Amino acid sequence: MTTIQNKATNPVAHLSAEDIENLGAELDAIREQVLASRGERDAAYIRRVIDVQRGLELAGRATLLFSLFPPAWLLGTASLSVAKILENMEIGHNVMHGQWDWMRDPQIHSTTWEWDNASPSAMWKHSHNELHHTYTNVLGRDNDLGYGIMRVDEDQRWKPGYLGQPLWNAINMCFFQYGIAAYDVEVGKYLAGRKDSDQFWAEARVVLAKIGRQATRDYVVHPLLSGPSAATTLTANVVANLVRNVWTHSVIMCGHFPEGVETFTKSSIEGETRGEWYLRQMLGSANIEGGRLMHIMTGNLSFQVEHHLFPDLPSNRYQEIAPKVAEIMQRYGLPHVSGSLPRQVASAWGKVVRLALPNELLDRGARTLAKVTTLPGRGRVATVESSMAA
Amino acid sequence: MERARDLAALVTTPLLPEHYLDRLDPLGSTLALRGRISAVLPETRDSATVVIRPGRGWAGHVPGQFVRVAVDVDGVRHWRAYSLTWSPDRADGAIAITVTVVPGGTVSEHLVRRARVGDLVHLEQAAGDFVLPRPAPAKTLFVTAGSGITPVMGILRDRLDELSDVVVVHSARTPSDVVFGGELRMLDGLRRIRLVERHTSTQGRVDADELESLVPDLDERETWACGPAGLLDSLEALFTERGLEARLHVERFQPAVRATGTGGTITFTRTGTTTVSDGSRSLLDAGEEAGVLMPSGCRMGICFGCVVPLREGSVRDLRDGTLTSALPGDGVLVQTCVTAAAGACDLDL
Repeated sequence: MTTIQNKATNPVAHLSAEDIENLGAELDAIREQVLASRGERDAAYIRRVIDVQRGLELAGRATLLFSLFPPAWLLGTASLSVAKILENMEIGHNVMHGQWDWMRDPQIHSTTWEWDNASPSAMWKHSHNELHHTYTNVLGRDNDLGYGIMRVDEDQRWKPGYLGQPLWNAINMCFFQYGIAAYDVEVGKYLAGRKDSDQFWAEARVVLAKIGRQATRDYVVHPLLSGPSAATTLTANVVANLVRNVWTHSVIMCGHFPEGVETFTKSSIEGETRGEWYLRQMLGSANIEGGRLMHIMTGNLSFQVEHHLFPDLPSNRYQEIAPKVAEIMQRYGLPHVSGSLPRQVASAWGKVVRLALPNELLDRGARTLAKVTTLPGRGRVATVESSMAA
Repeated sequence: MERARDLAALVTTPLLPEHYLDRLDPLGSTLALRGRISAVLPETRDSATVVIRPGRGWAGHVPGQFVRVAVDVDGVRHWRAYSLTWSPDRADGAIAITVTVVPGGTVSEHLVRRARVGDLVHLEQAAGDFVLPRPAPAKTLFVTAGSGITPVMGILRDRLDELSDVVVVHSARTPSDVVFGGELRMLDGLRRIRLVERHTSTQGRVDADELESLVPDLDERETWACGPAGLLDSLEALFTERGLEARLHVERFQPAVRATGTGGTITFTRTGTTTVSDGSRSLLDAGEEAGVLMPSGCRMGICFGCVVPLREGSVRDLRDGTLTSALPGDGVLVQTCVTAAAGACDLDL
């Protein structure tokens, strides 16, 4: 991928400003339809998911009290892993997006939910809901593009540190919840001297306290309660957290990193209209194809396009609107990036490995004359941020 | 026990042990006060008494008080206040509210027409000072209209033995619309109360002058009144004129829907700031322009970084025109960046 303005063939060049506003109106209509039919069925859905998640968590932890027996270890670890994934993805992420705020249930609300993850909800909501969802795939604004430790776009300036990025990505995958927490308190910015020290440490203390509570639960109290099974319960918790980390990291990589996903320059979003914002969300996201269980386990982030268009609609509805969104994208001639989970994970990893090298070594000369295009109807030429200028 | 709970909390973090117990035993919950409907008894063609067995933590009530009750309708939680109509301290612990359907009223229609035995409702503790003092005054007058009879019935059912001279002036549209009509007429027949029943469809409303002729010894009576604003306003004027305002106790029913125009006065209750805004400017913009430190985020309705409790009044979603209303005590959370005032509204900031 490369910023849309620098591409040889601009995927939206054929659309007029009027087309884009019509596109926006059609998407608004989809949103209206879901809002009009949102109700008891949806409320029952999220409560059922929460019940199942808590049931699995309790059952898993109870089974692990006897984890000395290998079948109990296997069953308990599987149950706990699934519970953690459900909590983070289908419940925590989506509740914190405000997808369920309309129920006015203070126990299932974006302002009260605290998730089973190292990063406290309040910080995560800022970096994710506010920065990532507003500035999706805008270079220099959306830090989710490589999390500040990787280069996932040709137009991100290459630094020697990126040579190790396949390794950084693998490490981040295994410790993903801590990676997110470090990212949310902006460790990188602090180390570079661009974040106020008092503020950083105030936030860091909150994160460390939460990490302490989570680690005490998983690595001290639960093993101790298991008596003779303490050691195996400890390994079960380590594995469950690892499984959750690897799974969530993989799903999230599939959202914006696969080949074919577009990025945008800062200047291209100045004065962006609603229609243009929708367009950016669609071009900047990628879906994952699979069965119902896979969708639930990804927190319906497998419908990344739909989620980015309508981040506050209940996740159980993305599946239902996906064919309509796909039809609109096809009708307007927009590329719809989608593939199976293994394919998308491989594609994202492929990019992480490829872009560890500077552009010059990748396809020398091929992009130097990249034609600069701009979003149609904007009435001005977007600033050129040529990859070779780096 | 406390130790066990604290230990359990180490395992359930970031949740509490109560979150797990909550779904298994909703009435025993310490996180939220709830009740279970144990009967729905029809009163008139459009009113019913809903009997509720309150869960753990219910602190009881004084007759004349109301309770705020919430039901989930189409998945959305709605809170309303209803007067308690049964005596407290029953052996079975049950309480009762008597609900009259308001046309188009989400909650009243749900409770009267659709609520079923076994349904869960959310409760707050009883509140209100529309109660009889102890000892009870010798001569009392109750002036009510429509569902305004409900707190008075709660009082009569509990304290009638202590009252020797009771006049009830009650207005309803027709004889069959009188909630508790049979019981009131029976008490009148037994000469326990003197009931003046007015049917507004044929006889018009009771006005202040008429009250003086209906109740000649008005000046000697401690008076409680509950009903529509018009009735209460005219009573207050009458009692003030006669220098009796200290003897009048009123309970004002809150309208189910507030003003639904476009634009209005926004009051920020904590800072005391007020600002007038039109129906197209977001609460966030209006508040910031008025100098209020507003929480904010994406400013486009997606990040939920700006939500603030709407304490009272109505706001309109700028995206789809959806109207959200809050009654005093509600605290409905609204996204200030994509909602505008739709009439006067109070924000908790």
